[in-house]
Amino acid sequence: MRIHVCLKEIQNPEISASIFKIDEEQRVAIPLAGLPLVTSPFDEQAIEAALRIRDKGATCRITALSFGPDTAQRAIKRALSMGVDDGILVADAGRETADSMETAYILAAAIKRAGDFDLILTGRQAADWDAGIVGCGVAELLRIPVITFAMNVEVRGSRVVVERVLEDGSEIVEAPMPCVVTVSNELGEPRKASLRETMRAAKKPIEKWTCESIGITPGNLPFEERPQQRERLFIPTKDACCEMVTGASPDEVAKNLVSRLATTRLI
Amino acid sequence: MTRDSSSQKSGILIVGECAKEIPVALVFELLGLGRRLGSGGLGEVSVALLGNPAPEVFAALIAGGAERIFVARTPAREHYESDVWLAALADILARTSPRLILAGHTALGADLAPRLAFRLKAAIATGCERLVLSGDKLHATRPCFGHKAREVLALKTHPSIVTVRARTNEAIERSSERSGEIVEVAIQAFDNRAIPRVTARKYDDTGEGPRLESANVVVAGGRGLGGAEGFETLAKLAHILGGAVGASRVACDLGWCPRSWQVGLTGKTVTPSLYVAVGISGASHHMAGCGNASAILAINSDPEAPIFKEARFGLVGDYRELVPALVTELARHKTAA
Repeated sequence: MRIHVCLKEIQNPEISASIFKIDEEQRVAIPLAGLPLVTSPFDEQAIEAALRIRDKGATCRITALSFGPDTAQRAIKRALSMGVDDGILVADAGRETADSMETAYILAAAIKRAGDFDLILTGRQAADWDAGIVGCGVAELLRIPVITFAMNVEVRGSRVVVERVLEDGSEIVEAPMPCVVTVSNELGEPRKASLRETMRAAKKPIEKWTCESIGITPGNLPFEERPQQRERLFIPTKDACCEMVTGASPDEVAKNLVSRLATTRLI
Repeated sequence: MTRDSSSQKSGILIVGECAKEIPVALVFELLGLGRRLGSGGLGEVSVALLGNPAPEVFAALIAGGAERIFVARTPAREHYESDVWLAALADILARTSPRLILAGHTALGADLAPRLAFRLKAAIATGCERLVLSGDKLHATRPCFGHKAREVLALKTHPSIVTVRARTNEAIERSSERSGEIVEVAIQAFDNRAIPRVTARKYDDTGEGPRLESANVVVAGGRGLGGAEGFETLAKLAHILGGAVGASRVACDLGWCPRSWQVGLTGKTVTPSLYVAVGISGASHHMAGCGNASAILAINSDPEAPIFKEARFGLVGDYRELVPALVTELARHKTAA
């Protein structure tokens, strides 16, 4: 079977709020100089989900697919070092500011161009804009089912069986393939690059496509005039000031705190 | 898709998500938001319902602000998947042409809304906290970059689709004086085999005490607890405060507690009057779930932990000593009061 994993390279989402910078004028984040970019963590979990399907005995070719700048090759290489078989990078030249809808359209076009497929895995959302639109969009554009927020993905014959995260538990959802599954953090830690796969990765192919090569030309996207437009990007200001409660012993700290909580009517 | 013009303001349609056949609290928050936008010029507020809701459900929604309820009678299903909703909404949207479709940012709404947006070629904003109408333009504010930033999106299509985070909007006071119309909508048949099908459902054990989402006090633990047994200590504190226990994503991912305890960007949003964060560093994706608490009490062994920047009160030290001392002191305070 053929599995595509769609992934995005982003600034490390774990950086602290105090060093996170934006350009309010351009309405974009400013990547910190010298800080290496990472694969969006939910997409890494999608890679892990694909590799677990193979670990369970399925014969599959796993392709890492990314739409982004030339540097996103590194994200594909990291996927190859984890055990993915090959990669496709669709250059975003001229479409650097593509939004979720354009991205879904371009990924769907690339997937069609890449031939037959059974399963498309991606993160529940990219950990930069946190929108969670692309996975569902790819499914809609390819007219195939989608299962979101997966914490476990198994292939049984021609169907995919997914445990899906809910607010108050989980549900088991089955769908016929081909199908899109978006993966949530509950799937668990993605594996690290292995030495063996890293050695092999150097020989694994990465194809470089352009939007034109998959039939996306200026003016032929239905979303060319964006239905939603970013008007503003800002960092909310905080006026909080923390009152540190101290004491000579834990008992005294507790006593002082309870007294403060009582006077501020929090208890 | 038609571009919005000032003459096209024909109401708001709310996805009437139910849990165990009762509308979830978020639906009433959406009704509150809908009524505020409605009286601001967006017009009538409708709710879409699926299945065979009990009469009390209609009454509660109307009391909560619904002016019209579209009910799509579907064959009895225990769980309503978003594909069933998509089919039902197609039928409902043949009867009404809202300017705005609202859904909760939940496992249902966050699945349904993007798919609907692609089908309708409509503008979409997910996980929003704020939605305002200025003139005839809708502006949605949503957290992004792990809650470190906010973006404001102008939604230009008719309809536009917005998913709203829990507890970011106030419900209106319910009143039995309100009236509303109920419209039956026949749902088209769809091919059951071609869509994802739910075969089983598990509910996490929520234990005793209030639900996390509606608790007035939440005591949450993170990596700093050092292990699952830390949650036993926190449960004692939650118990004496009459609160619920929550957790950071790390604590859930490490398997120290049920996943449904997760507070944060990809977990639950809570708005208690007091949020006690124990051994939680305060990463912005966690603050996404608790940043709207009235007050945060942070207990952490690291005085430099970012959580202290967000907290009203801070304790630096070992929670294994501080929390039991706090439980004792609170018990004493309770008896004295």
